[in-house]
Amino acid sequence: MTRTAPTSPPRPRRGGSMRRHQARTAYTFLLVPLIFFLIVRFLPTLSALRLSVFDWNILKEQQPFVGLENYERLFADEKFGQSLRNTALYAVIGVPAQIALGLVVALMLNRIQALRGLFRALYFAPYVTPIVAAAWVWQWLFSPQFGPINTFLIWLNIPPQNFLTSPSQALATTAALVVWQNLGFQIVLFLAGLAAIPRSYYEAAEIDGANGTQAFWKITLPLLNPTIVFSVVTGTISYLQLFTQVVNLNFTDQGGPLGSTMTVALYIYQIAFGRYQMGYASAITVVLFVIILAITLIQLRFLTRRYDL
Amino acid sequence: MTTHPARPEERPAAVSGQPRPRRRLNTPVLLAYVVLTVGIVVTLFPFAWMLLTSLKSFQELFNLAFLPAVPTLDNYRQVLLETRFLQWFANSLLVAGVTTASVLFFDSLVGYTLAKFDFPGKNLIFILILSTLMIPTEMLVIPWFVGVSDLQLTRSTPGAYFAIMFPGLISAFGVFLMRQFFETLPDDLLEAARIDGMSEFGIFWRIALPLVRPALASLAIFTFLGNWNAFLWPLIVIQKPEFRTLPVGTALFNGEAGTQWGLIMAASSLAVIPVLIVFAIFQKQIIDGIVLTGMKG
Repeated sequence: MTRTAPTSPPRPRRGGSMRRHQARTAYTFLLVPLIFFLIVRFLPTLSALRLSVFDWNILKEQQPFVGLENYERLFADEKFGQSLRNTALYAVIGVPAQIALGLVVALMLNRIQALRGLFRALYFAPYVTPIVAAAWVWQWLFSPQFGPINTFLIWLNIPPQNFLTSPSQALATTAALVVWQNLGFQIVLFLAGLAAIPRSYYEAAEIDGANGTQAFWKITLPLLNPTIVFSVVTGTISYLQLFTQVVNLNFTDQGGPLGSTMTVALYIYQIAFGRYQMGYASAITVVLFVIILAITLIQLRFLTRRYDL
Repeated sequence: MTTHPARPEERPAAVSGQPRPRRRLNTPVLLAYVVLTVGIVVTLFPFAWMLLTSLKSFQELFNLAFLPAVPTLDNYRQVLLETRFLQWFANSLLVAGVTTASVLFFDSLVGYTLAKFDFPGKNLIFILILSTLMIPTEMLVIPWFVGVSDLQLTRSTPGAYFAIMFPGLISAFGVFLMRQFFETLPDDLLEAARIDGMSEFGIFWRIALPLVRPALASLAIFTFLGNWNAFLWPLIVIQKPEFRTLPVGTALFNGEAGTQWGLIMAASSLAVIPVLIVFAIFQKQIIDGIVLTGMKG
């Protein structure tokens, strides 16, 4: 990134006043947005920290200060433990799955010429579908009694499955819905990353006698590193906040059979807006924030170093 | 930022005009078509199912034939005439429309300022804005709710809509996207306008902004989509049925109408339509916008 370099002769003479003028204009332009970020993002973050040390219940008269009691309560809360494990599982299944599938489809799309735009648009379609609508269709498709997926399995001589109503299969089925929805965006990201790789690299590799597999591991994958890092980091953050799909796949019992699809976000929602225990819920959000911060920093550190060209 | 974003002309599809060793329908290309087609069938099956079920009558609903034997629009008639669907639809259009307009204006203004001005604190401001992406929405939602309740915003008409919209009026992700894009604009162009005596805001509005139309198009669709789909905050903040947005209204539909799959599928199909229309019209700009900006840090 280059700062405004001294290119033209008149600039150094009026440099001082220019800079002051620039700064004044910049701060004027930024005034409203900065106030927005302060009031809508930073102050609420501090406010959540403050709430987390109070027994803050909207239905009660008194909101007593309780110190770290809410945090101590978390350690003994089995449902929180379960939601945390589930959330980790969603990220561990979902992020690699959508990156791998996205990469395969993007590489295939790069190989073909006819119908390329059409394929690209069709793969993008789930991403533009309202999440609530998609969740309902999914519920229907995977219904144990009248779902077409089980009809298909029976046709293949596989016994019908319980999917969303089974404690052991519900989470994976929910993760599949999220992967299905995110795939289109992931593909477009990889197409952008692939487009940025100069063709000459492949031509040089071909002259040197490298085959397709070698070119993939030595050129494509390392040069896609920025895209992969972006996908891993933003993908993980979004999986750690999974809410809408989980709620809408099980709106009646909230959290799947035996809490098997319960996520941290959904648990926070239940505590805060079902039981109005804002203090305890805030303590959970603080823990979630720390986890997201730690994972993001670790990922950025390890992923960006590996192939630094 | 030294790497230039790839321009559409540089993408492999266009480059292949040059002689390349294999252009015939050889095995890898054929394999690609097979894999892509199978993928499309799997991807689009839920859509097809939703649309076809919405056309089935109540009697036909649970027989598992793919096509409705006697297609009927009765589910649509019921959704449109016997529920608040149209009102929720209008609410969603208003909320998503206003939010998108606000994001496009403020995010490009901030992105432009951070890319093209030199001033103390510039990098700090950029990092602070970006760092808000790591704050989980759940953490903000509780203080927002407490604040909105204290102000008693949700009772009156303008207040309720403002309460639904305010968290999305400026987006940190959009600032990042627009800054990336404005950095590629040549300084000389802006300098020339400055010498002609144009105001700083005029330079931004009349020179810089029209040059980043593809980025604006992709930011617009993602913002609109995000707010059209927004669920957690609207679910929490909306108190009265008449202020519900489409996702909240349809999610709570279940209770109000009983579990009537036909109605649910019709409502879902109708909710997809505006987004698909916008996507169909702007498909090229959206995807080129993402490809152009490259999403690289």
